[in-house]
Amino acid sequence: MIRLERVSKVFPDGTEAVKDLSLEIDRGEFCVFLGPSGCGKTTSLKMINRLIPITDGRILIDGVDTQQQNVNELRRGIGYAIQNIGLFPHLTVAQNIATVPVLKHWSRDRQRARARELLDLVGMPSDTFMDRYPSELSGGQQQRVGVARCLGADPPLLLMDEPFGAIDPITRHKLQEEFLKIQERLKKTIAFVTHDIDEAIKMGDTIALMRDGLLVQHADPATLLSEPKDRFVRDFVGADRVLKGLRLLRARDVMRMPKLTTSLNATVEQTIARLDERGRSWLSAVAEDGRFLGWIERADLDGATSLSEALTPAVASASPSTPLNEALSMMLGSATGSVAVLDGNEQLVGLLSFGAIREVLSMDDESERE
Amino acid sequence: MRRLVVPFILAAILAGVTAWMTSLGTVGIYRVPGWNEVLVATFQHLQLVLAAEGLAILIGVPIGFVVSRRALRWIGTPLMALTNIGQTIPTLALLALMSIVLGSGFRAAVVGLFIYALLPIVRNTYAGIQSVSPAVKEAAQGMGMSRWQVTSRVELPLARPVVVAGIRTSMVVNVGTAAVAGMIGGIGLGKLITVGIAVNVFELVLQGAAPAAALAILLDAVLGAVERWMTPRGLRKDVRSDSLHKRKGAIVVPGS
Repeated sequence: MIRLERVSKVFPDGTEAVKDLSLEIDRGEFCVFLGPSGCGKTTSLKMINRLIPITDGRILIDGVDTQQQNVNELRRGIGYAIQNIGLFPHLTVAQNIATVPVLKHWSRDRQRARARELLDLVGMPSDTFMDRYPSELSGGQQQRVGVARCLGADPPLLLMDEPFGAIDPITRHKLQEEFLKIQERLKKTIAFVTHDIDEAIKMGDTIALMRDGLLVQHADPATLLSEPKDRFVRDFVGADRVLKGLRLLRARDVMRMPKLTTSLNATVEQTIARLDERGRSWLSAVAEDGRFLGWIERADLDGATSLSEALTPAVASASPSTPLNEALSMMLGSATGSVAVLDGNEQLVGLLSFGAIREVLSMDDESERE
Repeated sequence: MRRLVVPFILAAILAGVTAWMTSLGTVGIYRVPGWNEVLVATFQHLQLVLAAEGLAILIGVPIGFVVSRRALRWIGTPLMALTNIGQTIPTLALLALMSIVLGSGFRAAVVGLFIYALLPIVRNTYAGIQSVSPAVKEAAQGMGMSRWQVTSRVELPLARPVVVAGIRTSMVVNVGTAAVAGMIGGIGLGKLITVGIAVNVFELVLQGAAPAAALAILLDAVLGAVERWMTPRGLRKDVRSDSLHKRKGAIVVPGS
């Protein structure tokens, strides 16, 4: 989709902002440009829509050199959102969102319909907000309108320069989540600039880590965390990168099929015998139809007359797509230290244990020692 | 509309003063100028102000705009300093100079007033365009507006209230300055005032001064209305509080 070929930028004052940058972003990929301030990430972004002219190299979008296109046409085909939002204060929310549709001479009805659709998409009731002015909105609402505006004419490619930078952490977190959901549906190709490593890990399919105008490592977040290419990358991603890595793994990646399950129809004696034979202190109980019911602990079986008497219902359960950091906190609240992983029909599909997570973490420790 | 009530009352009081003076007929051996003379002089006065102001808008707004362009910004800053200095030249001196160079009369007065009106207009146009947030301009450009579209759809509408405020200020000041110009050139309300001063009769001076004051007040009120009308709704200061009022107890929206 986008290909940067040996792109470099030297500003008139001699600063080399970007040096020999080659990078490819696939269709539908969410690529985060990450790095400390002054690393050239914003410059790289703005070279894509030619807000900053490139000094050397070339940038291709769908195989076409951006230099060969009319610059305004090029930009109208690329969504653009910036940290300071830059909403037009003299235009209504609907008019702001329809900026590119207006430039593309859409009919008035189509412009309004599109603005309505996008406002609803970013979680702002269109009836309430269409005809408001930006000065009447809170910071978070303005950011939402900024996102809606960059989607205005449904461009396949979005450039976003710290679009969630200027808002409080709670709102930012919420907007990130919502934007990810939107992206899941729209599958845009996105180049996204941030200096926030957590945002990068959370949002990006890939992360392009830059320093001093050079691309240091372009990889998916898991690789960046587990196999940092050099000291700089390791330091930048932070000492808690192992914990950050947990966020990237899903329950399905480390869950195991439970070895011991029982239905509630089994007798107490049988069950004690099975547990003692394996040397285990608990097993999971499953209904006839495969639904997960809870845990049965060895200690509770002594003196019990039926299994249902000894049953500890599960407080929380994970789904296969639950991130491991969330699963870990569920485990801390679980009686057996395990978390059941259930599919959409509440069928038990796996178990998560501390042991399994420890294994994942120790794999990381090994790569650290290398 | 309520904004216009006070100016109209003041103007009516001033008209009453003129009516009273006119009804006196004579003060001592001097004849007080009648309605006819006062109205002709007022009209001439207004012509003077509008001619100078019109020229100043035609020339000042483009100058202010051009020097705000990035390529010419190196002129902009010193020019603004120069306009500040220009404003300190005494009115009387400049007008007197003009009447010496161009001869006394309407033309010299218009040129002198034009120079006076020009400065606030140039400065406000420049300041208005400079005040447009760089983020707004970057967003406009980044979404594919051409240079002309950025100017016509973003910069000018946002600068407009400031430009109009400059015109309003310069016009009101000019009603007063035109009286001085009239004293030198022997036209408009200034002429009536000069006569009054010459014979040292208070009532005669008032026949020139009261209509000038009424004119200034009315022009200010009218231009205030124009300024409000020219300000895009989203920029009006009362929009936010208005709708906050309406919104009380309304829907809570995520992210708000």
